[in-house]
Amino acid sequence: MNPEVHKKIDSISFAVISPKMMVDAAAAKIVTPELYDKEGYPVDGGLMDLRLGVIDPGLICKTDGLKLKESLGHFGYIELARPVVHIKFVRQILDLLRSTCKSCGRILIPEEKVKKYVALLNKESEIEDLESRRRKVKDIVSKYKTKDKCPHCNAKQDKIKIEKPYNFYEAETRLSPIEIRARLEKISEEDVLIFGFDHKNFRPEWMILTVLQIPPVTMRPSITLESGERSEDDLTHKLGDIVRINQRLFENINAGAPEVIIEDLWDLLQYHVTTFFDNEVAQLPPARHRGGQPLKTLSERIKSKEGRIRHNLAGKRTDFSARTVISPDPLIGLNEVGVPLSIAMQLTIPERVSDWNKEHLKKLVESGPKKYPGANYVIKPNGRRKTITDETKEEILEELEEGFIVERHLVDGDVALFNRQPSLHRMSMMCHLIKVLPGNTFRLNPAVCNPYNADFDGDEMNFHIPQNEEARAEARILMLVETQIISPRYGLSVVGCIHDAITGNYLLTKELVLTRNEAVDLLYNCGVEDLSPLPDKEKIDGKEVFSVLLPRDFNFLGEDKSGNQVKIVNGNLKSGVMDKANLGQESGLMLRNIYEKYGPAFTADLLGKISKLGIAVLTRRGFSIGVGDLELLEETKTEINNAIKKAEEESMKLIDEFYAGKLQALPGRTVAETLELRILEALNRARNKSGDIAIRQAKDSSALTMAKCGSRGNPLNIAQMTAIVGQQALRGKRIESGYKGRTLSYFKTKDLSPKARGFIRNNFKSGLMPSEFFFGAMTGRDALMDTALRTPKSGYLYRRLSNAMQDLKVAYDGSVRDASGKIVQFSYGEDGLDVSKTKNGVIDVKEIIQQVTGGEN
Amino acid sequence: MKNDHEKAVEEYAGQLSLSVLQEVKEQLPASISKADLTKVMDTLVAAHGTAKVNPGECVGLVSAQSIGEPGTQMTLNTFHFAGVSEMNVTTGLPRIIEIFDARKDIKTPMMEIFLKEPYHSDIDRLKKFAAKIKETTFGELASEYSLNIFDQVLKVTVNRSLLADYDLSTKDLVKVIKAKVKGFNAESSDDEITFSKSGKTQELKDLYNLKEKIKELKIAGMKGVKQVLPVKRGEEYIVLTSGTNLKDILALPEVDGTRTSTNDIYEIFEVLGVEAAREAIIREVFKVIEAQGLNIDVRHIMLVADIMCATGEVKGVTRYGVVKEKASVLARASFETPIKHLINAALEGEVDHLTSVVENVMINQPVPVGTGLPGLITKMK
Repeated sequence: MNPEVHKKIDSISFAVISPKMMVDAAAAKIVTPELYDKEGYPVDGGLMDLRLGVIDPGLICKTDGLKLKESLGHFGYIELARPVVHIKFVRQILDLLRSTCKSCGRILIPEEKVKKYVALLNKESEIEDLESRRRKVKDIVSKYKTKDKCPHCNAKQDKIKIEKPYNFYEAETRLSPIEIRARLEKISEEDVLIFGFDHKNFRPEWMILTVLQIPPVTMRPSITLESGERSEDDLTHKLGDIVRINQRLFENINAGAPEVIIEDLWDLLQYHVTTFFDNEVAQLPPARHRGGQPLKTLSERIKSKEGRIRHNLAGKRTDFSARTVISPDPLIGLNEVGVPLSIAMQLTIPERVSDWNKEHLKKLVESGPKKYPGANYVIKPNGRRKTITDETKEEILEELEEGFIVERHLVDGDVALFNRQPSLHRMSMMCHLIKVLPGNTFRLNPAVCNPYNADFDGDEMNFHIPQNEEARAEARILMLVETQIISPRYGLSVVGCIHDAITGNYLLTKELVLTRNEAVDLLYNCGVEDLSPLPDKEKIDGKEVFSVLLPRDFNFLGEDKSGNQVKIVNGNLKSGVMDKANLGQESGLMLRNIYEKYGPAFTADLLGKISKLGIAVLTRRGFSIGVGDLELLEETKTEINNAIKKAEEESMKLIDEFYAGKLQALPGRTVAETLELRILEALNRARNKSGDIAIRQAKDSSALTMAKCGSRGNPLNIAQMTAIVGQQALRGKRIESGYKGRTLSYFKTKDLSPKARGFIRNNFKSGLMPSEFFFGAMTGRDALMDTALRTPKSGYLYRRLSNAMQDLKVAYDGSVRDASGKIVQFSYGEDGLDVSKTKNGVIDVKEIIQQVTGGEN
Repeated sequence: MKNDHEKAVEEYAGQLSLSVLQEVKEQLPASISKADLTKVMDTLVAAHGTAKVNPGECVGLVSAQSIGEPGTQMTLNTFHFAGVSEMNVTTGLPRIIEIFDARKDIKTPMMEIFLKEPYHSDIDRLKKFAAKIKETTFGELASEYSLNIFDQVLKVTVNRSLLADYDLSTKDLVKVIKAKVKGFNAESSDDEITFSKSGKTQELKDLYNLKEKIKELKIAGMKGVKQVLPVKRGEEYIVLTSGTNLKDILALPEVDGTRTSTNDIYEIFEVLGVEAAREAIIREVFKVIEAQGLNIDVRHIMLVADIMCATGEVKGVTRYGVVKEKASVLARASFETPIKHLINAALEGEVDHLTSVVENVMINQPVPVGTGLPGLITKMK
């Protein structure tokens, strides 16, 4: 057995490659632009030369003798007929030319200062990082750029100009790359250091290319189309251009062609080499395919979200994963995930055969891949993988022994990671225990929807199977749902009862009185077997039923949603009702206390039981809403109507006053603004009042019950359905734009009345007028746009934050440090507390005092 | 009795944070026995111990997520401030982005000026103060310009009542103008100022340019203070301004410098230093988050503020700021402008020691945070 090797790479150094190194490292010199001969076989000395690696099956790399996918490929090179500028170094070349003497090649800094700067930079790179050194260099170099006399040889300096992208001029005459190279060669090693470059491994003249490195073919594979035609990679195309032009330039130089022609070809070579490195240089037309779409050359391969770095290096793809639609299952545990049988039979977990599990695994192998639970593959100690089929089964069973690895199907209780995008926080990927179920969807407990931000309108989720013990242990201990109940964002629970579960418990603890039979039935249904805490009487109060779930030694004092006291003494709910404030997500104060006292596993279990209890209550009691709930009494209707009418009249009066010029402006406002403000105020007042009236009457409706206990909806929703939708506002104002002087052509110009400015006086039950509907649509569209614009903005903010802070961690001494060990905080959050281990970010002093003194309140 | 308790509590100073100690002192019932007190304190220390962060915890990412995740729930709107219509407040996501970018000129700079004793209760004195600091340009005072082509003079009529409000006369105006504009003669009458060219050549264009120039000329007040608004805040009156000039305002004798502040982080950094800027970042971000009805623990915001101020200067969470400071080439390259970073790394012969997260992800090695930090050695039999 080979021991696991950790951290193979210690560091990566970067450097500029020298022409000599390019030649030394090359497996082949490329001399011809031809790719294949008549038989379709790669040409020697062509761009697809077999010495550069293989991309066709059956061929063998001439350099290392390996086959396709085994040979990594090798670099080649071409010798450029004339040197060209490397486009990515243009800025540095310009800096060097401007700051060095044209005749002696020294930096334009007096000798004594050179010494000083060298010492300074050496010191700087010792104590500080490169970034600060870079800044120092910038300061130094910018000071001397414009000196017009060399302090070393007193030669007069001409001004160097650049004509983008790569032409340099010295006092109106162009500097050819040959001349530039000659100048760069003269720069001394010490001076190179002052420019901040790596003087030991870098020479400035390398920035002018005399040799071009040809990437291996494996990095630019060609694809064979169905017609048998070959389609070459963008890079190969570009290299072909370079080789072709280079060839022509050679021939022309040798044939002694006129200087103009050579210059032209040289320019063309420069263009091709430039676009080979970067096809998005601002001043150059990008090289294109015949179809017109720009070629993707080296820079484009690395850059951007789809580039090598972000797409392939920072982002990885995995095997052993699945993705399908999710659906709810309130009956499975909080920690569980329902996995379709078909997935459970395709994904596998490798299990090593040992003395203890040999018989078990043999059975699985015998079942094979088609019978659940079975196994799909066997890996022999020599690393050979064998597929289990009906034919191979016998043989495998025969030779199966310790040291073999069986890749078996998923079974109940296995560990899996479950994830939903966008993965905005750590609770977006949690560990679940597998429960294999029939059907084709992943099933999850509705209580964990919140951390994933999932719903069941067609959402899909991803599913991963950790493949070794370390990963499984880590997932299970650190990522299991129950360990993530408390959010690190604010220290309260992110999972809790939702919807029916809250409503059920609310009704149970508020008003229900059950017979003993019913109570026992309910409790048994949600998994309670010890019914001893149930009082020994025939009529049992809902609160008492709920109390059975609580641990006997649990005490809690809090408030429910409407501010009434909730008191639990010795596991008995004495007063108050159970609603969103104590059971729900993002609040769940009672749950938070239970979590702290009894731990994650107990909380998850209790949460399951409470949810089931609530749902069971509702199933038995029955709970529904319909249009009937929205029906108002005749007198309520008139009352509402009167309230609205009054407000409308008030607005009209204000408008009249406004036109009559009698309206008093509020301080700091114009009269028109005052009018708007006062109308808005009057109408909102009317809306609130009618809402109150409607709700007063709707006392017993299911809709109101839900709003009250916080399971769904709010009183405003009810008011909008039964009484009045109210004023629609765009950017905090009444609707004003649209046509000139009016909102819709249906109204007269300058109509300031409520109904012409987006006031919807109908309710959703009675239905909306066409104009009202349109106003509603306007605000709806505005809200939609707002979300559409916000998502990418906040996404970018998140990306920036996470990139900036990803390497901050708590060191062993409790300080927060970055990757290079610099201290960012001496103690995390100034007190060293983990938010997810506190209550809303603080230690509850009050409660601890209470606990110790045993005093009430 | 109470003092005894406090002394006993103080003994735990090293083990508990100050805020907890403070709260204990406040919450402790006077009748508590000595034994109970020790019990309370010991329980607190234990609770504090269990709530400590684990070494290796990836707090940076947790903070980033905690701020990034609710970002989608924030609104984009700018709100008009009660009172003056020109006074807006940038809130929600744009404001958060603005702060984290460490922008030098923010969209809606504002100041809250608290005043000292007699001024903050007396609305009249306060109003006078407000008028004094408001930047007034000549253009605001002038009511009419007339350019006389024949005489080559520019006559400006001044709004006299406004002038009286500012306690100024036309003579004062001329003085200010003369100090700033050369080459013109200015004569003042009661409510008129006449400008004529003093030199030889008379060009109409010069006069016209003069007119445009003096329009923008600052006559009184603080530079940058565009609007003032006296507001009641609790028991006292304060002045809200749009546009800031913290340095000059703080120098005024009426101003209570301990509470006066601005929402311009960069200005705070320049006037009061990094620590103040850090505090300002925390305060401003928290204000936005609170206004949006979101719940994010301060610790997360603190961490962002700390990393922004870690170098002694305010750096934005951008490719020019915090990310640029990273030691790892690959970490920088994986954020933005990868090519630039790779080229510079090559020229400078930079070495990436693979100490942070992304680099190790890139080369498929365990990341050095959390459980990737410790090594485990097992003795095989």
